[in-house]
Amino acid sequence: MEYKKILFTGVGGQGTLLASRLLGQAAMKAGMDVRVSEVHGMAQRGGVVESTVMLGGLKSPIISKGQADILVGFEPLETLRALERCSKKSVVITNKNPIVPITVKLGQFEYPDMDTWFGFMKENFRRFCALDADALAKEAGTSKAVNIVLLGVLIALKEIPIDRETVLETIKTEVKPKFVEPNIKAFELGYENAKC
Amino acid sequence: MHPLLSGKSGEKLLLLGNEAIVRGALEAGAAVAAAYPGTPSSEIANNLFFISNEENSPIYFEFSTNEKVAMEVAASAAAAGVRSLTCMKHVGMNVASDVLMTLAYVGVKGGMVIVTADDPSMHSSQNEQDNRIYARFSNLPMLEPTSPQEAKDMTIRAFEISEELELPVILRTTTRTSHVRGPVELGPLPENVKRVGKFEKNPRRWVPVPAVARIRHKVLLEQAEKAQKLAEASDFNVVIGKGEFGIVASGVSACYVEDALMELGIEEKVRFLRLGFPFPYPKRLLSEFLKGIRKVLVVEELEPFLEDEIKVLLKDLGLSMEVYGKGTGDFSRMYEFDPQMVKRAISRFLNVELVEEEMPDLSNLPPLPLRPPTLCTGCPHRETYNAVKEALKEIGEEERAIYPTDIGCYTLGLLPPIQMADYLLCMGSSVGSSAGFSVSTDQKIVSFIGDSTFFHSGISSLANAFHNKHKFCLVVLDNSTTAMTGHQPNPGIEITPPGYDHPRIPIEDVVRGLGIKEVYKINPYKKKSAVETLKEALSKDELTVVISEAPCILYYKKFGGKK
Repeated sequence: MEYKKILFTGVGGQGTLLASRLLGQAAMKAGMDVRVSEVHGMAQRGGVVESTVMLGGLKSPIISKGQADILVGFEPLETLRALERCSKKSVVITNKNPIVPITVKLGQFEYPDMDTWFGFMKENFRRFCALDADALAKEAGTSKAVNIVLLGVLIALKEIPIDRETVLETIKTEVKPKFVEPNIKAFELGYENAKC
Repeated sequence: MHPLLSGKSGEKLLLLGNEAIVRGALEAGAAVAAAYPGTPSSEIANNLFFISNEENSPIYFEFSTNEKVAMEVAASAAAAGVRSLTCMKHVGMNVASDVLMTLAYVGVKGGMVIVTADDPSMHSSQNEQDNRIYARFSNLPMLEPTSPQEAKDMTIRAFEISEELELPVILRTTTRTSHVRGPVELGPLPENVKRVGKFEKNPRRWVPVPAVARIRHKVLLEQAEKAQKLAEASDFNVVIGKGEFGIVASGVSACYVEDALMELGIEEKVRFLRLGFPFPYPKRLLSEFLKGIRKVLVVEELEPFLEDEIKVLLKDLGLSMEVYGKGTGDFSRMYEFDPQMVKRAISRFLNVELVEEEMPDLSNLPPLPLRPPTLCTGCPHRETYNAVKEALKEIGEEERAIYPTDIGCYTLGLLPPIQMADYLLCMGSSVGSSAGFSVSTDQKIVSFIGDSTFFHSGISSLANAFHNKHKFCLVVLDNSTTAMTGHQPNPGIEITPPGYDHPRIPIEDVVRGLGIKEVYKINPYKKKSAVETLKEALSKDELTVVISEAPCILYYKKFGGKK
């Protein structure tokens, strides 16, 4: 199969690691070779948390500038920060709901005007998809499922050879039983609302 | 049952490199393990901890108070003929190095594996030292995996090599091999694990007084020669492809090389030596490799560990050949590599065209707000810092105060708005460095240390501080866990993980036991009384210790109420 380099980025606590792990497990279920890289330790305390999923037999665990095929941003500022990892051929998926960093609250920085930059993304990348994943997660019954909503979007775009059923199966086996139902709903909501 | 224990032979799991090491140790029949947690090694210890708590667990595990103790626990178990493992982050090896250097002399009977997890780019560390140099320093064999599957396979092989040579074997990972997940095919678990060994007395081996050490040093060098033969013949050292140009790499760098050769479509045009058993240097293998090529590129993060050896070998062989790598500026000695960096170096080296992707113009991006990691909302450390600041302000000492700090979540007190971390070296340095400041400045010294760090290496420096009459205030941030690395227990914890029935050592008792009289306790959430107590402690012109007790909120959520 084709090689695909997928970059997840977000803020500590948003569940980027779980999303990448589930995708990795789904890929294995679909018979693909996969590597998933994770960030542990200090960065998890509210810092930027990045993970990657490399499909198709790539050995490298990380993605260089300009090399991501798909970027999934869990937070708009973090999507913006990770744009340098994309090329014009990339697909960019982003959550629209901001998590304002402390440095903005302290007045050291201004939070960028995202509407302008969403426009930029729409113009400059092969495909662009933005949605309020937090709202959809709440609709699904758990505000924590932002990661699963975005996973739903990613699968709906059919950029990678992993289908809806495989991911749903993976959620059923890998997520704690009491969270399975809201997570499946979150996945479906992401899947249905993916438009680009 | 823990999935690393219940997994059946032939099953494929998506494992972290660190988890694969644990499974490898279980498949190899390791029966004793000990560690102090540290990123990027922590998941090895965490999984061993949970597995050791299982009913009929095949392995004993303990969180030791520091890496030196952990290595001693593993070493003596191996001396008694039981297979053992210890794991640590790269700087943990510094703490354990006193053991390591002489353990290499006395050796082991049962297989012993020492995992060191390095952190190029310092994702979670205070330096990026290259621990491959410890292999050369101690003359111990070292394996270096590139994938989770190899991490498991090499762990098993490391135990065999260790037993064959009667030497501990180092398994060296980096953040990118410890924290990568990949499919791992499980092997069988042994039916019987040797859990009880027998220590055979032999003072001429196990007690390295000078006369014995002189003999054992000779033995070590002889064993190292045998280890070199194993490295020469190892399946982990392979040559891939043909051609008159050569590339040498190990660890995650080898992954970058393989992907680059594949993406550039030149796998068959270059001779690639992939070293999974890089030390003792497989000199014959390297020599044969060098004789067959016209120039060589060495791809390795951090120090020129392979590159320098290749230069020495070329001189011995009388070959003149350009060695590309750090010496030529193709690679840096700093920070981790990335795939594109390696691809560019290879395309320059082989003079093949590299088509760069077209990137959107991002030159109009505004300066993006930084998002530094911060203390959690509601974190007790935050409250303690604020109370100390308030107390210092009220006694008019805020301007004059300096804050030596230590290693843990609370190091984040460095950032605004707290900004109460001024000097840091290593685990435990808050106490030792405060002593130095107290004799060399007239500044007010308030230093911070966590509970786990206190037990790791704070106690002996506190004894020193009291005995030598140093004057400062040590604030112990006792949140009842080792929070930063994922909530591992330590001897002082009041809230314990389920089933953890170890005797508790209250920090207050330790401090008083050292003879220190000025000992105070505060609850950081009760700000008013905390500030009053701190004012009293901070006004004293002698060594004072303030213990700020409140559990880590994340930990409390996990295990709270199970006191």
